[in-house]
Amino acid sequence: MEGIISTILKYLAVFATGGALCLIGQLLINYTKLTPARILVLFLVLGVILQAVGVYQAVVDFGNAGATIPIIGFGYSLAKGAMEGAKIGFLEAISGGFKAVTIGIDSAIFFAYIFSLIFRSRTKKC
Amino acid sequence: MQRQNFDNKAYKEYVHNIMPRTNHLKTLIMAFVVGGIICIIGQIIHDVIRALFPYLERDAVNSYVTLIMIFLGSFLTAIGVYDDIGKFAGAGSIVPITGFANSVTSPAIEYKSEGVIYGIESKMFVVAGPIIVTGIVCSVIVGIIYLIIGG
Repeated sequence: MEGIISTILKYLAVFATGGALCLIGQLLINYTKLTPARILVLFLVLGVILQAVGVYQAVVDFGNAGATIPIIGFGYSLAKGAMEGAKIGFLEAISGGFKAVTIGIDSAIFFAYIFSLIFRSRTKKC
Repeated sequence: MQRQNFDNKAYKEYVHNIMPRTNHLKTLIMAFVVGGIICIIGQIIHDVIRALFPYLERDAVNSYVTLIMIFLGSFLTAIGVYDDIGKFAGAGSIVPITGFANSVTSPAIEYKSEGVIYGIESKMFVVAGPIIVTGIVCSVIVGIIYLIIGG
């Protein structure tokens, strides 16, 4: 029983954290003239800074996927990788950030390439 | 003649009146709910992988989650479902990592007609390019700072 309650609480935290981050994004879309691309870059930089000053790990511990799935988690992974690399040496400090997110970028490029060869744009059909 | 009477101020008013009004509260709620649901899907994938492969390291599990979420975002974009979600979800579909996949796949398919190199391969970085460049620059700066202060 306790396991079920803690699972539900964990998923509620995931939902609340992820939802809140998207809500902030929507606030930026509604009340500023920022385009989605700028908002993504802004979130990314925010994630890097928050992790670099040591704040975001607490958000991740609370929200789990709710904190890592939004693009701000991408920035968090970048900064985390760079910080861990810096403990090893100079080259790792430079490459550590990208190494941490390369799975996301590689898969995005690969799937986009394959799907673009297979599928057609819907707007061009009609 | 009527055109001259239509000065800037009147025009702005005219545009403002016929422009579809955004229902702020509704878009905010939709962004929150859809964003939250996407993150819950990510958490479910995470928990399932952990249950199936308990020997996997934490970072490896997260990498699999990223891989699957990117696949889902990319595939739903390709079959046209993600754009439908985006119409009512707004930032709820942009901010999660699936939105990043969408921003790569969508222009790749859109500009397919311009060829593989100038269409697919260069246009897929219209949004992803700035994200990758900003990310790398920031992470290298962080790495160097931590190297200097000996983190």
